[in-house]
Amino acid sequence: VIETVVAAVNPVPWARSQMAFTLACHIILVPLGVSWAFMTLVANYKAVRHGDRSALLLAQRWSKYMAVTFAVGAVTGTVLSFEFGLLWPHFMGTWGDAFGVPFAFEGIFFFTEAIFVAIYIFGWRRLKPWPHFWTGVPIVIAGIFGTISVVAANAWMNSPQGFTLNSAGEVVDVDPLSVIFNDAMPWQAAHMLVAAYLVGGFLIASVYAVGMLRGRVDRYHRLGFAIAFTVAAVATPIQMGVGDGLARWVFSNQPTKFAAIELVPATGSDVPERLLGTLNDNGTVTGGIPIPGLASWLSDPSTGKATVIKGLDAVPADTRPTVAETNIVHLAWDIMVGLGTLLFLLSVWYGVSWLARRRLPTGRWFLRVAACAGVLAVVAMEAGWVVTEVGRQPWIVYNLMKVEAAATGNTGVWITFVAVFVLYAALAVTTILVLRSMSRRFRRAGGFAEQDTPYGPPAEPAETVEAGP
Amino acid sequence: VSTVVAIVLLLAVATYAVFGGADFGAGFWDLTAGGAERGARPRGLIERSIGPVWEANHVWLIFVFVVTWSAFPEAFASITLTMFIPLTIAALGIVLRGASFAFRKTVITVRFRRVFGGAFALSSVLVPFCFGAIAGGIASGHVPAGGEVGDPVDSWLNPTSLSTGVLAVVLAAYLAAVYLVWDARRAGDTVQAAYFRRRAVVSAIVAGAVAVVGFVVLRTEAQHVADGLTSRALPLVVVCVVSGIGALVLLVRDAARGARVLAVLAVGCVIGSWGVAQWPYLLPVSLTVADAAAPSGTLTALLVAVGLAVLVVVPGFVLLYVLDQRQLLPEEGVEDAADAITFDG
Repeated sequence: VIETVVAAVNPVPWARSQMAFTLACHIILVPLGVSWAFMTLVANYKAVRHGDRSALLLAQRWSKYMAVTFAVGAVTGTVLSFEFGLLWPHFMGTWGDAFGVPFAFEGIFFFTEAIFVAIYIFGWRRLKPWPHFWTGVPIVIAGIFGTISVVAANAWMNSPQGFTLNSAGEVVDVDPLSVIFNDAMPWQAAHMLVAAYLVGGFLIASVYAVGMLRGRVDRYHRLGFAIAFTVAAVATPIQMGVGDGLARWVFSNQPTKFAAIELVPATGSDVPERLLGTLNDNGTVTGGIPIPGLASWLSDPSTGKATVIKGLDAVPADTRPTVAETNIVHLAWDIMVGLGTLLFLLSVWYGVSWLARRRLPTGRWFLRVAACAGVLAVVAMEAGWVVTEVGRQPWIVYNLMKVEAAATGNTGVWITFVAVFVLYAALAVTTILVLRSMSRRFRRAGGFAEQDTPYGPPAEPAETVEAGP
Repeated sequence: VSTVVAIVLLLAVATYAVFGGADFGAGFWDLTAGGAERGARPRGLIERSIGPVWEANHVWLIFVFVVTWSAFPEAFASITLTMFIPLTIAALGIVLRGASFAFRKTVITVRFRRVFGGAFALSSVLVPFCFGAIAGGIASGHVPAGGEVGDPVDSWLNPTSLSTGVLAVVLAAYLAAVYLVWDARRAGDTVQAAYFRRRAVVSAIVAGAVAVVGFVVLRTEAQHVADGLTSRALPLVVVCVVSGIGALVLLVRDAARGARVLAVLAVGCVIGSWGVAQWPYLLPVSLTVADAAAPSGTLTALLVAVGLAVLVVVPGFVLLYVLDQRQLLPEEGVEDAADAITFDG
């Protein structure tokens, strides 16, 4: 019965939508998983080294929030590993022996992270201060290498290498090192890793910016803001450099994606950098603001405006992004670069104020922009991810396997998409509500409980605390 | 080399069953603990018991996935294509379970605790059933080789799948009850210790009965595996039965120690004997492990990763459990003034 109802539904667009949706959700939690532990340790270090009670309170509360976001990130990440098989069985069946390798190492790092997150979060009461601090360090290290491993797998889809195919197109030999250290990996991994610190920093700082705008300008809020914002402000200029390097790698190695990014229909030199604008069905580009020659010049400054950029027409139509996809890639690119620039200027503002006056800029306008920076950074990251994924279309493995050939033939995918969508929507709403209610509770409480002794001797039975009004 | 990887995979499945399975089983007892008043104490114990460890335990599942898709990609494709429905249910169940467990700890009103607690407990039963059903479907030859699609419904709603699915739920509940007896004793809570000891004994007997039924089903539905259990895997089956009975005797006599180790051994041997009984097939009886294996470069990389895991992950995992067992990981964060207020009672 079920089969007759769903027989007519093509699974491919639903599989793409579900993968895109679940990844888009998971990627928001990634920066928190990767960089929040580092920021917490900074606060923890200040607390233990200098006996700073505000920093201690901050570190402890951050680790409680982290417990929630890490759990949600862990389960949404697990869904992705199910989806590799459920949605893209032919991709995994054909390429799993190569594509799967980086995940073996990612698994190790994720495992380490999960173990030490648990020890760190649950260890506040009974472990001694410095050993407890050190149990947080593996989280940071594992987060860095875990990110690199996952992105190595994605980079391999852009730069598939490290295998030999037989005449039937089956993988017969795998060189795991060149799979992991594929050509796209260094730039892509660096870009995502810095993004994790950038987005995590802005996201957390924005919460404290809102708090200060609402008049909670105490040491606790200033410290929370300063630690997070400093991390983001350091990451932002680095990210511009890394992003530039990655763009040039794409220019050299994925010319079709680059043509979509720069909205270049036909191969040529002296290509303008076009802000906004659209590609039309007839292959012309209209609208937007063209800056003459800049795209050529940026692609290779050594040859300047004479740099030839391959256009979309350099490859057959069925091996490049569609017009709609091209427009998505270009718009996403503009959003990423535009927001990145804005965040860079904000970081400069912060840096100058810090250098000139040795204190945080606390003007209302700075805080207002900083309060938006978290969301803007997330949008920029999502846009960047759209560029790399949509720009690779129609390929799942660049120049080797198309998305259509990779997808499941299961016609019930639209149902799972609806189920996943509903579940994730509920999850997102609940996560935000839970974090907000925690924050409200912390705020109402002010500081520590009277009987509280962090890093103290074994706590008294908790029952005494549970007798509420 | 493919044999070594297959052994690693089987060990990982067994480890997931022994550690992660117990977390699911704890959810089963959470589900059956009764109303908010009556179930408060067992639920509190369950929460404290699995709180620090469930996320780390959960990674064993990811490890199983990674090894399967890297080392046996074509079989992985066959399994995911055929088992689309139970795998989807399991994935959604895992999200629901993990998230609601994390949320339940942070919310304090009874109403929301009930909602999240219910979601946590219900999905804790659903997920092991699905995994058991998938294993049963594989064992009874419902998954065709070569990245082909088997029957989307029969493949996991057949007699073998149903009996293994139920067996998985019962074994998880059994392990959890045994662990919780230990945790309750350690916390000096004799009432809870007795409470879970009764449940451990009952679930042990039920598990034995389900296993016998399962074996009878296997003999008609999965000839190869049934034959394997009485030949290749016979030593493991014997160890399983002996340690299972031993654990039961110790539980009944309320012995101070030993039951936990024997219970782990018994459940580990259930998984182990299944794997050995299937040998040499990955998908009985159409695809052998050797035929399914990826090129040697991939297998070597996996074994390097396993070696690295032994060096890095295992000490961390042991540290986590040692700290947990010494009660050095009592609670998240510290007591915060915030914990004391807004208890809606």
